[in-house]
Amino acid sequence: MKEEGIELIKDGKRLDGRGFEELRPIKIEVGVLKRADGSCYFEMGNNKALAAVYGPREMHPRHLQDAKTAVVNYRYNMAPFSVDERKRPGPDRRSVEISKVSRAALDPVILKEYYPKTAIDVYVELLQSDAGTRTAGINAASVALADAGIPMKDLVSSIAAGKIGGEMVLDMNAPEDNYGEADMPVAMIARTDTITMLQMDGRFTKEDFKRGLVLAKKACHEIYELQRAALLDKYSERAGEGGEE
Amino acid sequence: MMYKVVVPGDFISDEVDRAGEGTYVDNGKIYALNYGIVSDKGAIKVVALSGKYVPTMGDVVIGRIVELSYPFWIVDIASPYEARLHLSDFSRGAERRIDFSSMSNYLDLGDWIIAKVQKVDALMRVDLGLEDEIKIDDRGRLIEISHTKVPRVIGRSGSMIKMLKEKCKCFIFIAKNGRIWIKGQDENMNLATQVVLMIANEAHTSGLTDRVAHFLDSYEEKEK
Repeated sequence: MKEEGIELIKDGKRLDGRGFEELRPIKIEVGVLKRADGSCYFEMGNNKALAAVYGPREMHPRHLQDAKTAVVNYRYNMAPFSVDERKRPGPDRRSVEISKVSRAALDPVILKEYYPKTAIDVYVELLQSDAGTRTAGINAASVALADAGIPMKDLVSSIAAGKIGGEMVLDMNAPEDNYGEADMPVAMIARTDTITMLQMDGRFTKEDFKRGLVLAKKACHEIYELQRAALLDKYSERAGEGGEE
Repeated sequence: MMYKVVVPGDFISDEVDRAGEGTYVDNGKIYALNYGIVSDKGAIKVVALSGKYVPTMGDVVIGRIVELSYPFWIVDIASPYEARLHLSDFSRGAERRIDFSSMSNYLDLGDWIIAKVQKVDALMRVDLGLEDEIKIDDRGRLIEISHTKVPRVIGRSGSMIKMLKEKCKCFIFIAKNGRIWIKGQDENMNLATQVVLMIANEAHTSGLTDRVAHFLDSYEEKEK
């Protein structure tokens, strides 16, 4: 939005050398926290998210219990050291909003009716942030929920599409996000192409929006495959490991 | 038999009428609801690899007394739902009525018991009833694994547990909620514990019974 900003696209490449539709490198690890019921470490370029799932467990305070279903709590939190300028610790307007939309993004896949009166707590900590952290958080949380053995219809995958220097791109990093024209985080169920979260910040034309959605869909499928592979990897045949000595 | 691991949303089969636990049907196809192993015997099921224990009627569980709240003992059963044990279950054989002050003479905070789930109502209130042998004493050891792995520790028609009891020379009691009570001599208990944890760790692999047998045999040889 800043007119004089920086040149975000040079010779058909982005600042970090990526193509328009190229994602940052992704790394996923399942079950990284021993004390959590399910956990996942999700890295996307310089975004580092750690998700922990606890539950279903007894809901406290009691009056927030739901006699019919489980209650999903989602806490998105940025570590004070996750950004250049130290972030004041604790929840703020922004993180409360992100927690709310992320919860809603995952809500449709969780079979909450299986655990009436309980709470499913999802904690997402951003250890390092470089734009698009809510999508990284949702990707991590989705895998962590599966790891916790919570019945779900599908995994949720998430990515941001945006517009920088007049071009539609995927997965923007911090400079692109700051100096670009628009940003649109999307969360979806890859198998059915069902969108569970869609936000937009900035201005798109109708065509931009459509194009962005197509790009995001494609990327979500890519991420879904990685999430799935990470989960399968945890239980790939490890015959003989341990117990041999 | 090879174990096939699936994640939520994975397509499993077209045979809709065989859809069982841990699956759902969408558009004439069966998909996985759990992150777990596909079981193809009879109904198509997905057996979760993790998750919390939810009591069902008839389960025998090991629990810990966490609260005395007349006329109930509140029992932790390694589940999101706590269970309760009514006084009358106890006073049946007792000469006189139990009042609040004497409750702790029967079962006190921190005591471990074996009990059977009598009833679970729609509000997830869990009522326990007592089994013949109820109190777990200090001798022996209690270990906790995920309840999802209990069937593997028991083995097909009890083959695994039978072998364990024989080779480890221990008394082993496995409760549905994943708590296991082992009683025997120290080194036997060590061995039993190690093997149970090994089974829990490798519950998703095939040929486990054979591997455990092999492990126990080689242990025996080392001992000689």
